[in-house]
Amino acid sequence: MILIRVVEEKIGDMVSQGVVKCPCHLAIGQEAPAVGVAGFVRQGDRVFGAHRSHGHYLALGGSPHGLLAEVQGKDTGVSRGMGGSMHLIDIPNGLFGTVPIVGATIPIAVGAGLAAKMDGRGEMAVSFFGDGATEEGAFHESMNLAAVLKAPVLFVCENNFFSSHLHINLRQPDSSVCRYAEAHRVAWARADGNDLVAVRAVTKEAVDAIRAGEGPRFLELVTYRWRGHVGHREDEDVGVKRKDDLTRWKLRDPISRLAVALDKLGTLNRQQLKSYWTDAHAVVEEAWATATHDGYPPAKALLTRVYSGTMAQKR
Amino acid sequence: MKQAPVTTGYGAAIRDGFEYLLASHPSVFTIGQGLWSPWYVGNSMTDLDSQFGRERVIDTPVSELGCTGAALGAALCGYRPIVIHPRVDFMLLAVDQIVTQAAKWRSMFGGQVSAPITIRAIINRGGEQGAQHSQSLQSWFAHIPGLRVVMPSTPTDARDLLIASVLSDDPVLYLDDRWLYGLEEELPPIEERNLASEGPRLTRSGQDLTLVGCSYSAHLCREAAARLSANGIECDVIDIRVLNPLDATLMIKSVRKTGRVLAVDGDWRSCGMAAEVIASIVEAVDPRLMRASPRRVTLPDAPAPTSNPLERSYYPTVDYIVQRGLALVGAQQETFE
Repeated sequence: MILIRVVEEKIGDMVSQGVVKCPCHLAIGQEAPAVGVAGFVRQGDRVFGAHRSHGHYLALGGSPHGLLAEVQGKDTGVSRGMGGSMHLIDIPNGLFGTVPIVGATIPIAVGAGLAAKMDGRGEMAVSFFGDGATEEGAFHESMNLAAVLKAPVLFVCENNFFSSHLHINLRQPDSSVCRYAEAHRVAWARADGNDLVAVRAVTKEAVDAIRAGEGPRFLELVTYRWRGHVGHREDEDVGVKRKDDLTRWKLRDPISRLAVALDKLGTLNRQQLKSYWTDAHAVVEEAWATATHDGYPPAKALLTRVYSGTMAQKR
Repeated sequence: MKQAPVTTGYGAAIRDGFEYLLASHPSVFTIGQGLWSPWYVGNSMTDLDSQFGRERVIDTPVSELGCTGAALGAALCGYRPIVIHPRVDFMLLAVDQIVTQAAKWRSMFGGQVSAPITIRAIINRGGEQGAQHSQSLQSWFAHIPGLRVVMPSTPTDARDLLIASVLSDDPVLYLDDRWLYGLEEELPPIEERNLASEGPRLTRSGQDLTLVGCSYSAHLCREAAARLSANGIECDVIDIRVLNPLDATLMIKSVRKTGRVLAVDGDWRSCGMAAEVIASIVEAVDPRLMRASPRRVTLPDAPAPTSNPLERSYYPTVDYIVQRGLALVGAQQETFE
């Protein structure tokens, strides 16, 4: 969580300085769902994300350098400079792709789950999306399809209450989205998405059921977006009035809450905590410095990366 | 005693393609609406579910977008799914997954991954079905980089280009046409082909006029060429077969010889495939070699009508192509000079 926070703050700073120009959607304040779920992802699972997926990428083990190079459009980035912040991929670590078209990777994750079922090795697909995506038809088609096909898919809704600038109260008749899972007969759980322990508890239960062949599960993890929809600013970008809410949610900072709890248990003292922050800053600064010296994709990449031109090998 | 040759219809040839793929490639499966229905997709899917199991021939809930996305997801995980839309019109609900997801996946992730999904959609028009059951839209999809667009006009191509599409590592839109299901021919043995090496093909040779078309229009061009030949006009007929990426080499070469081109397309005129064909040719052919202005025969820029007399004037016919061909060859004064 600390690494995600520091990487995203770095990206936010670089956006504010105009160095990073691609649209960056920061998940500062909502690190716990990414870290809590990623802890149960194992080799062979397939994770899909959306526009706000830096945290998913890092939680799964992605390198800060790969991300920081990608947001600069460098050839050494995880998507070789072709994707930017919104299109991240890291197959060795299980991240099969993130895209900004809202809800688009939800059916793709269902297909990845179907593939996992056909493979028969107990692997699963994970689909991260926001509360806005639950308003898309793709989400409902996907939930129904996954339920009917009994596909091993973990649907993870990070409900941060905002879709772009619009609060969920202005978009839905209820601020919680679990009722959709109920409608599709997909077993669900809701948890405090700023409490890593709570996130891990509901995820474990869901993942165990999925791996046992019980079909899809749905999690609603309630959290809050500290920054605006896109960019580094908190809420001034589109004139959203949410100062009081934001102040209250900052008191629920998932990192501090965990640190305080661990301190009380005597398993993490302030000294150690401080060293984690220091280390994270060192890692991020070094990764950033390296990425700034990396090269851009060659011009020919525009055309050579469109088609593969190859075909399946004869079995 | 001489044995009569065994001929196979276009729909049955598609089924042969499915049977071959499902039998010889364990990574292939099919998904879509109506796949367990005995009648819905013609004779091109008959009994595949009982032959290969309903785990590999999957009939889905009503979910064009969902099942196309699911096929893409499975494709990203090592499978070679064929998602089937029994009508192009309904496939439009899945355009995000086709255009914005599958076609972009490779490029936007830096060429590191492939999305070997095949989307089969059936063109199923006429018979007073009206505006929302009659579209083909190949010109739309041929516009999209990253998406290969395939339209077979013969039973052999229907089978072999389906196989090549599914074995291609790229996303492919494969459009077959119910109006061709009556065509029959003797099929050669199956040979796995690399779709990247497939392209337009010269199906008849002549020196007076080049006729270019795809799918049912290529069939009309062949029929028209036979009629024109009886009038002493010999045509090169080019079946486009692969609309995107389009290789115009053969068309350019042909028009350098004939000096005349008629592009025929069963899609709308404006920004359409026929326009692309003509543009690709005139960019490359010296105007002094042109003996007449290029012409196109397309649908009028109007949604398909329901009423039978209107429908008859809406779709291009062999008669009309012959007329246009005669006019084009007779119009030698109408050159660029």
